Amino acid sequence: MFKQQVCFWWPLLSLLLIAAPLRGQQVSADADQAAPGAPAVEVSQPVAGPQAPVPAGAAQRTSLHDVLFYLFGGIAVLSALGVVFSGNIVRTAVWLFGALASVAVLFFLLLANLLGAIQLIVYVGGVLVLIVFGVMLTSKSPSMRFQPKPAEVIGGCAVCLVLLIGLTAVLLQTDWSAGAVAQEGVFSVAAFGEALLTDYLLPFEVASVLLLATMVGAAYLARPEK
Amino acid sequence: MPLSRITVPWTPKPQPPYGPIASGVAALAKLIYRISGPILSRTAGLIMLAAVGATVLLVWACRLLFDYVDGLMAAPGIELPAGQAAGGALGIAQLVEALEVRSQAGWLAYVLHPFQFSLTRDLIGVVAILGFVSLVAVFAIWWERKVAARIQSRPGPMRVGLWHGWAQSPADGLKLLTKEDLIPADADHILFRLAPYFAFVPAVTAYIALPFATYYVVRDLDVGLLFILALLGVEVLSTIMAGWASNNKWGVYGAMREACQMVSYEIPMGMTLLLPIMCVGTLRLTTVGDVQDGGWFTWLAFKNPFMFIGVWTYFIASLASCKRAPFDLPEAESELVAGFHTEYSGYRWCLFFFAEYAAMFVVCALATILFLGGWHSPLPAGWAPQGAGIGARLVRGLFFSGPIWFTLKCVFLLYVHLWLRWTLPRIRIDQVLYACVQVMLPLAMLTLLGNTVWLLFDHAEYPAFQAVSRVVSFIMGLVGLFLAGGFIVIMAYGWLNRWRLVGTQAQKLLPGS
Amino acid sequence: MVPVGLTHYLVLAAIIFCAGVLTMIIKRNAIGMLIGVELLLNSANINLVAFSRYRVGALDGQVFALFVVVLAAAEAAIAIAIFVNLYNSLATIDVDRADEMKG
Repeated sequence: MFKQQVCFWWPLLSLLLIAAPLRGQQVSADADQAAPGAPAVEVSQPVAGPQAPVPAGAAQRTSLHDVLFYLFGGIAVLSALGVVFSGNIVRTAVWLFGALASVAVLFFLLLANLLGAIQLIVYVGGVLVLIVFGVMLTSKSPSMRFQPKPAEVIGGCAVCLVLLIGLTAVLLQTDWSAGAVAQEGVFSVAAFGEALLTDYLLPFEVASVLLLATMVGAAYLARPEK
Repeated sequence: MPLSRITVPWTPKPQPPYGPIASGVAALAKLIYRISGPILSRTAGLIMLAAVGATVLLVWACRLLFDYVDGLMAAPGIELPAGQAAGGALGIAQLVEALEVRSQAGWLAYVLHPFQFSLTRDLIGVVAILGFVSLVAVFAIWWERKVAARIQSRPGPMRVGLWHGWAQSPADGLKLLTKEDLIPADADHILFRLAPYFAFVPAVTAYIALPFATYYVVRDLDVGLLFILALLGVEVLSTIMAGWASNNKWGVYGAMREACQMVSYEIPMGMTLLLPIMCVGTLRLTTVGDVQDGGWFTWLAFKNPFMFIGVWTYFIASLASCKRAPFDLPEAESELVAGFHTEYSGYRWCLFFFAEYAAMFVVCALATILFLGGWHSPLPAGWAPQGAGIGARLVRGLFFSGPIWFTLKCVFLLYVHLWLRWTLPRIRIDQVLYACVQVMLPLAMLTLLGNTVWLLFDHAEYPAFQAVSRVVSFIMGLVGLFLAGGFIVIMAYGWLNRWRLVGTQAQKLLPGS
Repeated sequence: MVPVGLTHYLVLAAIIFCAGVLTMIIKRNAIGMLIGVELLLNSANINLVAFSRYRVGALDGQVFALFVVVLAAAEAAIAIAIFVNLYNSLATIDVDRADEMKG
């Protein structure tokens, strides 16, 4: 009974964790925002700097944005490591879900709301379901494992460690200071739509043709053998 | 021989005497039961109504409190120290000053101080969401059994709770909580335990972006609709995981059929949801709801014939996406034992059920917001009293727009879900996919095309087309009125003649009428 | 503690990238390698969106990331179709056993 009560409060914590990255994403300046001068649900806060739950003057404290970044970045790294080291292919797919969902939350933290939602719809609801379908269609028993050779594992880990150290060293040493920080209202859905239909029209059309080719190809490849 | 003359040929064993404390407690319990039993049996309905009313008042009180605190923060009426911008949170001393400027009690500052921060409001919102979801699930389970019973001409739950068995679902919930926790030996333990949460958490998280009225939303996302659709898409995964992890042939069959069906029907659902988005021009759900505040004829369902078809298309697609009503093959009780949740018992099964009813409410809510006027009543908002006083707010909330209207409309659509389940027979998986790909998808695409062309001419503002458009919209509104009025008439006829049915007559003899 | 900025996101993306490469090296199951590819694409997306937020201040990175998501979905579909064919002809999707050009 106690275990079951604990299990009921998990969703409450998950909800809080998921609601938190969306905090401070205030009512942005959509052209058709219909809320004239009435009190909003949440207090508007400037977003250009770290988001603080107390008035300015407490910039020394770790802000919520940082905490959420470390939390969901940690979950992403943990899930990626789970993907690498889990044996059973179905569990690998579940770890991948963890990685994809935490990347979606990171997109919400980076003010890319539309992309976060699309990541959830396409990746989690599409690609991951496809992968799990593939797993179910191509395995003889539920928990079959292919064990890689230990030499391969050690060699792979060494190579990737070297790669990681090299990448991190380069990233930390480069001076990334040139450029503009995005302001709050830039990443609206309307602007996204305009960009897709004006600046990026050619890739948009090419992507649709490519998706058509993909559908035809996948349907042909997966046809039942007569 | 009368029953009282029959004696049993054995004597029961003498019971050991209970100690004084035990007998005292037992006597106290009997006394309480004897006193409260008759009172409760007569006032059970009143208690329930009072509880519902208290909840509504609590939610409204929270809203008023938040508005008051926002007013204090925006214009405190006191001098703020240099460097502190207006609109930020105030310290307790400043709050006391601001309250005294308005001649309110200073000690209120201690109560109001935490409500300035988003964290407190988020916490309240999340607790409210969890409570509401539980309430919706519990109510929907009871109502489903009543609706099923009435359609089958029998009374349904009548005993538990003494008024039409309203306490049947809490009682069932208690029973499920105390059941043995069974996990099949060959099942994948971790995935088996994880699957119900993969179903429950996304269904409840979708309520974060779901507005109940213009200012009754936890997060008014600018991609609100996509967020909700994305979370409903995660449900597919939970079904597959549940079926797979059970290591059960029927579970896997149910899971694969279910995933196929849900993923296929997301396409016409998404395309049909684009229709009102195109009409309004934004994904923000509060804006879409507020566009429809001019009364019955401004509801998006009646804007043009394609939108009208869109309501029905969306409703059918959402039925399939919730694995509900004629598309409930994955849970087909008579065919697959119980499909993907065959091996689940007790509390885990309860979570699946909660998730299903929560998702049902979400899709009904989306239909309400996007097509049926959201939280606005059929009366135009122009007739509402303006002003920020409590009386004006009360009248506006009760008659013109507010979460009560929203909940009533969603509950009506939920009723349609239940009604269809017990009226229509289940269709086969190949018929399900035929209906999706060869009927719903072309229909969705055609309505999308038609709506686009209609809106193109609308935006170009040809006067002839504007006139035609207004006439067509009015005709659509009349058709809608006719359908709604017809429904009310039939409902009234059924209510007035309810004693002619056998099932209703049987209930006169049962305890809970 | 330095407030979270561009560098943090880039390092995170680098870690996920290396995890993806490691997955592709280690896994013998073809679908495992596909999962590794998805990790690589996600890390690239994090980079793109982080740059779009912190250094460009405009939508270009996000549009790029959108196209990456679309193409990743297309590629996953084709890959699964190929693996199903592989399974039908070899009765396994162990990539170490798919070492002949014939069949």
